[in-house]
Amino acid sequence: MSDNLIIDKYKTDNIMLQIKDLHASVDGKEILKGINLTIKAGEVHAIMGPNGSGKSTLSAVLTGNERFQVTQGEIRYKGKNLLEMAPEIRSREGIFLSFQYPVEIPGVSMVNFMKTVVNEHRKYKGLDPISASDFLKLMRDKKELVGIDSQLTNRPVNEGFSGGEKKKNEIYQMAMLEPTLAILDETDSGLDIDALRIVANGVNKLRTKDNATIVITHYQRLLEYIVPDFVHVLYQGSIVKTGTKELALELEEKGYDWLK
Amino acid sequence: MELKQKYIDAITKTVSEISGEKPSQLDKFRNVGLKHFVELGLPDKSDENWLYTDLSTAFSTNWELKPKGLHRKIDIETIFTCDVPDFDTHLAIAFNGQYFDTGTDFPDGVIVGSLAKMSEQYPQLVEKYLFKAASHEQRMTNLNAALATDGFFLYIKENARIEKPIQIVNAAFGNESFFINQHNLIIAGKNSFAQIAYCDHTLSATPFFINQLTEVFLEENSELEFYNVQNSHNDTTQVSSIYVNQNRNTNFHSNIVTLHGGLIRNELRVKLLDKEANCNISAINLTDRKQHVDNHTCIDHIAPHCTSNQLYKGIYDDEGTGAFTGKIYVNKGAQKTEAYQSNKNILLTPNAKVHSRPQLEIYADDVKCSHGATTGQLDQNAMFYMQSRGIDKKEARMLMMYAFANEIVSKIKIEPLAAKIEGMIYRRLRGELSRCANCAIKCS
Repeated sequence: MSDNLIIDKYKTDNIMLQIKDLHASVDGKEILKGINLTIKAGEVHAIMGPNGSGKSTLSAVLTGNERFQVTQGEIRYKGKNLLEMAPEIRSREGIFLSFQYPVEIPGVSMVNFMKTVVNEHRKYKGLDPISASDFLKLMRDKKELVGIDSQLTNRPVNEGFSGGEKKKNEIYQMAMLEPTLAILDETDSGLDIDALRIVANGVNKLRTKDNATIVITHYQRLLEYIVPDFVHVLYQGSIVKTGTKELALELEEKGYDWLK
Repeated sequence: MELKQKYIDAITKTVSEISGEKPSQLDKFRNVGLKHFVELGLPDKSDENWLYTDLSTAFSTNWELKPKGLHRKIDIETIFTCDVPDFDTHLAIAFNGQYFDTGTDFPDGVIVGSLAKMSEQYPQLVEKYLFKAASHEQRMTNLNAALATDGFFLYIKENARIEKPIQIVNAAFGNESFFINQHNLIIAGKNSFAQIAYCDHTLSATPFFINQLTEVFLEENSELEFYNVQNSHNDTTQVSSIYVNQNRNTNFHSNIVTLHGGLIRNELRVKLLDKEANCNISAINLTDRKQHVDNHTCIDHIAPHCTSNQLYKGIYDDEGTGAFTGKIYVNKGAQKTEAYQSNKNILLTPNAKVHSRPQLEIYADDVKCSHGATTGQLDQNAMFYMQSRGIDKKEARMLMMYAFANEIVSKIKIEPLAAKIEGMIYRRLRGELSRCANCAIKCS
């Protein structure tokens, strides 16, 4: 099948992301050992699993982190071969990762950073750079949506932010970019219950029938707020069980041992 | 040894030729300079101050030691244009270390002119300061003492506040190669204030060896800002030694931006002689290809209750090399000293190299001091973070380097100058800035 035909077929079938037999390693050590996963537009998928099962590796591979090598398998995003795309292209195509550990960028102000980001996305779509007033309005609207402190956007990216502020800042950037596929990697870790609610609320407001979300988490707690359509259990590099949101409750109760 | 003797002979010959040719107080120091030069010789690894910068190649050229200024009349506008529309300054120019009278009117509060000429016109004033800060322990200073015949003289009178910045432009110019020795004397009188933009520039493509000596004196309650922009071609060897003597309740602020140049050595030696003397010095160098930039500082806390702050940064690309040696010396009597120093370097390639040597010597017991140095690559995690937001690698690199440099630019208090330098750094990082950015002569 030609690429265009594949893209059309994915569109007809409403498939956003399809992972087939994905193997990936870091520093020569295989972490992912044959992942299969299909995500349709409008869906929320939770990926759960114990420490070291490969959850963060999966998000790193989806966003193109060079530290991880894909050794086997295929990923189609909206029908396109994702593994051929540079990280920035994946972003401009609508993939967003909310980092487990957001990175500090000394000296680069949030405002400049966001402006560069927004304009890179616009350029990719063939649009002119955003006007100063439209940009300010966009920032203001989105800040409100995620309840982020106005002062934070004047500071360098993530520098001196508290753990909670960093996570909010991720969702704020997500709101600015309105991705089609959002990957939330342990977004709940380090958040108190109020912050968790605000962050989850922000994510829910951004949900539409045209975008999809992957929620990576240890705990069931976040899934009370962001309700998944499917829950997958990742164990030792492959998906060992898939179910609905009830599976998350069962995991909370029994732990992961019974699945081994 | 052979090279040293060659220079002793050449200097002796040149000294006898230039002495009295254009009489000035500089003549009094020629033999002292020569004597110390015979003792100490050329800067090399036998001198701890010169471990990381090798001038032997530069010295092995057969330089013309006799100064050659520009003696024909010249329209400054055609040679030098400043590309900042709002940057309104009092402009002074030297060609090859020789003051060039542009006919500019300076305000009443300031005397600007040729050091040689002013040493005759204001003999007592010049005598009071000349060679009172510079040290004959420094080898390049001795060369300068023996050979320099001119330079800038700048005196800010007592109580004068010069609102408009004074711009000093050094231009190396000519069809043949020179060894340029230049001696500047800058005096901030009691209660005075001035801002100086000091630009180093080459106007023709021939190689130059520039040896600048600048003595700066801050009298009680004075404040001086000194901004140095270095944008010379890659066949330039420049050693710039700045000696600063600060008296009671003075503020000295210096900022050096090195954009282009072959081999550059900047020495800044500050003496905090009396209480409440504060110095704030910073620098950034953007170094690539085979360039070499060496920043060398020495802050001597002699009196108590003084502060010093140093932030020196460098970005090294290609096979660029450099060094930072920073010494804070807190004397026994200098209680309540606050002295801070930081050196940060980014190496963009495996072939780029920098030696960083922060040094702290404290002989007082009630002080706050710190020093630190970091050298590393651009943070790969930050790079990926930016890429994952849609910024490509090249742009992400640029943003990070720009931010790194901007910390220094933000210390420039003359707004239009800061804007100009910010623009120059931006273009420099993108490889768009040539050394000829300000020059109307397209010599290359």
